[in-house]
Amino acid sequence: MTSVAKDPSADGAPMVRAVAVEKSFGGLQVLKSIDLTIGRGEVTCLVGPSGSGKTTFLRCVNHLEQITGGRLYVDGVLMGYRERGDKLHELHPRDAAKQRRDIGMVFQHFNLFPHMTALQNIIEAPTRVRKVSKAEAVETARSLLSRVGLDGKEKAYPAQLSGGQQQRVAIARALAMKPKLMLFDEPTSALDPELVGEVLDAMKELANEGMTMVVVTHEMGFAREVADQLVFMDGGVVVEAGDPRAVLANPQHERTKAFLSKVL
Amino acid sequence: MVLALLVLFVYGAATNDNYQWDTYRKYIFDRRISEGAWVTIQVTFWSMLLGIVLGVILAVMRLTPNPVLQGVSWLYLWIFRGTPVYVQLVFWGLFTSLYPHMAIGVPFGPQFIHLDIQGVEAAFFFACLGLGLNEAGYMAEIVRAGIQSVGEGQNEAATALGMSWGQTMRRVVLPQAMRVIIPPTGNELISMLKTTSLVVAIPLSTDLYNQQAQISGVIFRPIPLLMIAATWYLAITSVLMVGQYFLEKRFARGASRKLTGRQLQALADAIGPGHAAGGPT
Repeated sequence: MTSVAKDPSADGAPMVRAVAVEKSFGGLQVLKSIDLTIGRGEVTCLVGPSGSGKTTFLRCVNHLEQITGGRLYVDGVLMGYRERGDKLHELHPRDAAKQRRDIGMVFQHFNLFPHMTALQNIIEAPTRVRKVSKAEAVETARSLLSRVGLDGKEKAYPAQLSGGQQQRVAIARALAMKPKLMLFDEPTSALDPELVGEVLDAMKELANEGMTMVVVTHEMGFAREVADQLVFMDGGVVVEAGDPRAVLANPQHERTKAFLSKVL
Repeated sequence: MVLALLVLFVYGAATNDNYQWDTYRKYIFDRRISEGAWVTIQVTFWSMLLGIVLGVILAVMRLTPNPVLQGVSWLYLWIFRGTPVYVQLVFWGLFTSLYPHMAIGVPFGPQFIHLDIQGVEAAFFFACLGLGLNEAGYMAEIVRAGIQSVGEGQNEAATALGMSWGQTMRRVVLPQAMRVIIPPTGNELISMLKTTSLVVAIPLSTDLYNQQAQISGVIFRPIPLLMIAATWYLAITSVLMVGQYFLEKRFARGASRKLTGRQLQALADAIGPGHAAGGPT
């Protein structure tokens, strides 16, 4: 195993714990001291205006972006770094890749591999990274495809699928790695309005099965119905967080009110 | 109009005695010519192979975050693209006077392999080496363009799935880059076939062009022999172009919304044999 830096309160640790997380691109500070806790089996929706840092935060969770301050723990383990004394040292890419195996990610623009069929997209990482046998991976992939309502599409290439179908393949691809945490980066923003529902349905089902999910979204209906926690971000800080029904119905902060009045 | 001009030209050429078609017919399948063609194909194959392999390595080096590897790759491209290939070939011909003995082994220790670098074999070796090293400079840029044509999202998706940098390159990025890489590589291959005539600079004179030149030097009929060489080059190029067509088709997988023949067949099978014929039943 790689040397892991345990969160001081690792026992029964939350799935994600951000402590004063900061992120700067050059001189631009995108995240300013984010504190956030996401419990196991919980669905958290990150909302806020564009440029508020919600996508950047999501990408820090699986270390697609390096944090420039604070600590970010996933399942009680420091993500992407090891701590020596008071300093963070970035993990070797191989060890960071090992951490990412357990975190699924779904992108705004699907990012399916266009030269592979739906089935090949799904079995690629399990067979190459987890070294699962091909037969087993294919079996899992077929059941995942039927779970997201895409029976019989296994031989289709991404270009032959609609946006909603592509995004559901992407969800199946992430699930094939049997992740303990799923990250969704605006999964429905690139879809035609009539295709949004099918993707949200697949996500709801996943939430009902107890998957821990972090979802960057503009779908307030989904947040109200499915989320356990709604986090409103603006200007790189968490402005307000809490029960989604409470936050949506009765926002405490002026900036939250202003934002919600525009999107609801 | 164009066709008429073409017919006139062909007719004119066929009836013009200065082309010496009898000599053309006599030598077109001459053993020396066909052996020369074989040497040309071999030199093309080995130098392209070296060029492609080294080109991919150089392109990947150029795209790594490591500044030393980047610098080495840049320096290589600067030198090998910045000097004429003829000069490089002459240099490789003179390599033997720079290093008369070549051996592989531990420095000041035992030798494992000793190369005789004066013979014909060595000339062939240096021809492939010289052309291949030059080609690598150009291939590196072609491969780099191909890699950079693949969207950043592909990299991120593979990384997020826990794939390593090498796996991402091999399984996700390079197969997609091939679509962009193959057409200019076909160009390079065809261009290489003809550049092999420069290997006389090594000097290697057993290739198609130089065999032809030797025969025409003896019988003093350059025109028909040049026509013979042109015919052979054209024939080999044609075969290569067919190969390129199939390669391009192979790597276009998933690039189009159209169903492939196999998918159509599968659909037809699924609907049932009664409907597969397409006619009303």
